[in-house]
Amino acid sequence: MSDIAATDALAPKSGVEGLVDDWSADKQTYHVPWGKAMMWIFLVSDTFIFTCFLTSYMNVRWTATEPWPYPSEIFALEFGGVPIPLILIAIMTFILITSSGTMALAVNYGYRRDRQKTALLMLATAAFGASFVGMQAFEWTKLITGEGIRPWANPFGAPQFGSVFFMITGFHGLHVTGGVIYLLIVARKVYLGHYEKKGYEIVEIAGLYWHFVDLVWVFIFALFYLW
Amino acid sequence: MAYVPLADQEQELHHPHSWVTKYVFSQDHKVIAIQYGSTAVAVGVVALVLSLLMRLQLGFPETFSLIDPSSYYQAVTMHGMIMVVYLLTALFLGGFGNYLIPLMVGARDMVFPFLNMLSYWVYLVSVIILMASFFAPGGPTGAGWTLYPPQTSMAGTPGHDWGIILMLASLAVFIVAFTMGGLNYVTTVLQARCRGLTMMRLPLSVWGIFTATVLGLFAFPALFVAAIMMAFDTLLHTSFFMPAIIEAGQPLDTAGGSPILFQHLFWFFGHPEVYIVALPVFGLVSDIISTHARKNIFGYRMMVWAIIAIGGLSFIVWAHHMYVSGMNPYFGFFFATTTLIIAVPTALKVYNWVLTLWEGDIRMNVPMFFAIGFIFTFIHGGLTGLFLGNVVIDLPLSDTYFVIAHFHMVMGVSPVLVFFAAVYHWFPLMSGKMYNETIAKWHFWLTFLGAYAIYLPMHYLGFLGVPRRYYALGSTDFIPESAQALNANITIAALIVGAAQLLFLFNIIWSLKNGKKAEHNPWGSASLEWQTPDVPPVHGNWGPKLPSVYRWAYDYSVPGAHQDFIPQSTPEADEPTVDEQHFDPDHDQSKADI
Repeated sequence: MSDIAATDALAPKSGVEGLVDDWSADKQTYHVPWGKAMMWIFLVSDTFIFTCFLTSYMNVRWTATEPWPYPSEIFALEFGGVPIPLILIAIMTFILITSSGTMALAVNYGYRRDRQKTALLMLATAAFGASFVGMQAFEWTKLITGEGIRPWANPFGAPQFGSVFFMITGFHGLHVTGGVIYLLIVARKVYLGHYEKKGYEIVEIAGLYWHFVDLVWVFIFALFYLW
Repeated sequence: MAYVPLADQEQELHHPHSWVTKYVFSQDHKVIAIQYGSTAVAVGVVALVLSLLMRLQLGFPETFSLIDPSSYYQAVTMHGMIMVVYLLTALFLGGFGNYLIPLMVGARDMVFPFLNMLSYWVYLVSVIILMASFFAPGGPTGAGWTLYPPQTSMAGTPGHDWGIILMLASLAVFIVAFTMGGLNYVTTVLQARCRGLTMMRLPLSVWGIFTATVLGLFAFPALFVAAIMMAFDTLLHTSFFMPAIIEAGQPLDTAGGSPILFQHLFWFFGHPEVYIVALPVFGLVSDIISTHARKNIFGYRMMVWAIIAIGGLSFIVWAHHMYVSGMNPYFGFFFATTTLIIAVPTALKVYNWVLTLWEGDIRMNVPMFFAIGFIFTFIHGGLTGLFLGNVVIDLPLSDTYFVIAHFHMVMGVSPVLVFFAAVYHWFPLMSGKMYNETIAKWHFWLTFLGAYAIYLPMHYLGFLGVPRRYYALGSTDFIPESAQALNANITIAALIVGAAQLLFLFNIIWSLKNGKKAEHNPWGSASLEWQTPDVPPVHGNWGPKLPSVYRWAYDYSVPGAHQDFIPQSTPEADEPTVDEQHFDPDHDQSKADI
């Protein structure tokens, strides 16, 4: 009986002891809702996808026979005749990280059951995300029409530069787009009060996904644009 | 606030209202399992027919002109890919995983039934895309199941335009389907176990399926990325994997890509994939052996740790598939070492199966035939793995039939035998009927002996140096005429084994309608899935109240008990007492055996 009675006294311990406790207990291993556990596992799996993308990128960059173009020159915008390197990417990164902030606020207000503010903040997050995708579309257009960069070739050097660029930013852009749609759906349901009974963990779950997409961008930014 | 674990809270079950929601778009894990299993078997039959076409060509090259060299390569490719991914992965995880996990952990369903349903339908889409490639212009891809570039997109390869695209699309869709299912399996095992069911009381089936799913969630991303990059190469003419190539005197417009990168990505998926199939097999066979030997599984804890160790090691051995691609000798040394280390936990499992049989009260039911047959084929295939894991022995053997023999023994015959064992074992639960025992035994002997008749001679062909993937041998100096006689024998055996599978299909379909009604828990199994109030279990599995678990799943032949098994859900109060010593769950046998 002892181990069954123990379930009712689930005061989580910390450190190694807590870990052992969690894994040797009956019932749930993680003291979180099912959806949240599943989102975490999904994100670990998704991490492997992006890791494979970025590792492949490094490998391709290493094996390419032509010189790798300088990203800071290619991703520069001219203002009054002065090229400012990486300015658009910097703005995009700033926007995406800001959106993580509004998302965190939304989670907070969600748990306070302030439906209006939660929905509004999620809407703001989605708007930041949408503007990020918009700027990415602008960047793609500029590179394709202005600079003549294609997935299979570009005038600056290794053709793999374009391949990697379109593939990785495209895949990340799809993640952001999916996230924006996800946020909008959840925000609408929050506003309409669908989660009054179930609780507002869903906001946090959506938030986990959103923060993950941001975090991935930081790695793409560092490894592709800055390197 | 009193803490109520989620598994005890009311779970919203989506109750079916019509025939369509009950049997077609069902969210019940049992229906989804049957859908997964049937689809996998159906597509497996396609792969079986392809293999017979190849065998006819190899055995009687002068007699049959059913396939030409191009369609031979297409058959090789499709046979391999279907068997490994669309049959075995889907069967053990989508089929048995879906059926057994909720029942064995005492849950009403998977944690997200809707996602689970979606997983099956997306899987079906991937199968349809794959099958569509048979009807596409140029037919399916003939690049070999490993899809190595640059061969995949060279003009000489059959299906280099449509076939490869459909294959890559199908794989990507399959991975999406697997992820949806896999997230469910992992979360269900971690979060939805019933009261009293600790991880170390789970049946080994659940451990095997759980660990395999985790492997899948980490390994399939590599294949996904490889598929996307290759699709870029094929559709957009990028050069991720394509080096500078001269084709028919003309340079292609590709340069600077790395074919080896694809191999790394593919095998980073490909090796764990072997264990994605093997670990559920290990789990299922452990439960079957223990039940029919009326004895607890020997060394339960070590069996669990072995599963985890194999799972972990499977991620650091992938380059042993690439010895012939060439690598730094230090890497070869590293990967040979890790590969051979895997033999330790694997051998541990084999010893434990044999020791479970040792002095057991063995009931030679049909599942036990197949389970013991599995031990033979698995030891056999495992031992040849030791040869191929060594770089110096692998190099001369790599391109011969020895590899075919090894791989089919360990990854083809062994899982398929366990699949049959598991179907016969759980058929009474799934259908409420018994299968025909005579037909089932015929099916076993024909399959088991036939498999040896097919694959044993292939080892010898391999030593002779007969190369694999060749459409016809022609005449060479080093291959004697007798090799062709052996090839003809193999083909005849393969045809018989292929036909024997009709016995299985007939038996299952016939027994569904005409089988003897199965009694409740006909094998006297102690694990939870047999303790449902209804057989076959109904939607929601457990009636009004979830079960509680008081012991591990292997209390067979407990001294002093009034029957030779104690179900997991039997409370301690109903337990037999032995020599005044009260049975203490903290000192039960699961912890005493190490």
